[in-house]
Amino acid sequence: MHVPIVKSILTSNDQIAAENKAMLEQHGVVAINLMASPGAGKTSLILATARALPAALRPAVIEGDLASSIDAELMAQNGIPVVQINTGGNCHLDAPMIRSAFPHLPFGAFELLLIENVGNLVCPANFALGAHLALVVASVPEGHDKPYKYPGMFAAADVVVLNKVDLNEVFAFDTDYFRRGVQMLKPDIPIFEVSCRTGAGVAEWTAWLAQHVASLTKQPV
Amino acid sequence: MHELPVTQGILSVVLEAAEQAGGYPVRRIDLVIGTLSSIVDDSVQFYFDALSAGTLAQGAQLSFRRVPATLTCWACGYQAQVIAPLPDCCAACGSPHILIQDGMEFYVEAIEVKEPNDARSDCEINSHQQ
Repeated sequence: MHVPIVKSILTSNDQIAAENKAMLEQHGVVAINLMASPGAGKTSLILATARALPAALRPAVIEGDLASSIDAELMAQNGIPVVQINTGGNCHLDAPMIRSAFPHLPFGAFELLLIENVGNLVCPANFALGAHLALVVASVPEGHDKPYKYPGMFAAADVVVLNKVDLNEVFAFDTDYFRRGVQMLKPDIPIFEVSCRTGAGVAEWTAWLAQHVASLTKQPV
Repeated sequence: MHELPVTQGILSVVLEAAEQAGGYPVRRIDLVIGTLSSIVDDSVQFYFDALSAGTLAQGAQLSFRRVPATLTCWACGYQAQVIAPLPDCCAACGSPHILIQDGMEFYVEAIEVKEPNDARSDCEINSHQQ
């Protein structure tokens, strides 16, 4: 007997992700899932973003890491409320891990939650967490061909930040080629060019982010 | 890279559907996987055989239907099926203004269960794939 189903392979993860999202919205929190290769600058971008955002939008952070707590310690040193998740070798965060971090977050004291996923350009794209926005951080030293080679990740993005643009010349980075690679998957996606080291472009990125968070909190999805 | 959670996902969707369909043994599972979706290769069958032991889905055969991504040229309308690494321009007219769609599918499409009065062998069931 043939039994039609048509259900996502990760249905149980997706259900918990939906519960996470509802929980966040109850507390008036907008969450962002940051995905990137290792070393693209997720942690640097979180720190630069936290510094540049207005005080009311100062974020809390969930740090996903294979094993270490180096990034979480850096957040705490900068006065950012942080919860560390060690995935124990798992290549991505999933919705149940985010749920388990919730009791450790100071809800009521923040409106923006930045979730730093495990550094990986493949697996995290498949696992919904309950975030409102998927941010893919790319960086110049990785090369301008990443959207062509890892289309799944860029197709999952709502916004892209290209970091380390102060190194464009050193790496002969073709920004136009990179942008076209992203835009053929997502024609209208915003792409911000920043350097967390020099601070270039950070103001434009955080202005967009603040506006986007405001639009989401006024009209909950 | 994450065959285990993917396989657990497949098994949980399949077992729920099999229970609802009368609790008969599952012989085949039809999966639809886009070519741009993260790779689900034959090792999933290996994990599946281990995880499904003792369940209704024990011994079921996984069948993968791969869905290609489609390139459409904004300039000339040319369409083609593509895989990663993606091209950066249209193969017909050379325009860089192209759009890539589909290829991200990742779901269980159907299962084939064997009722007690079904005389077909597993081999016959699995040779009738769409």
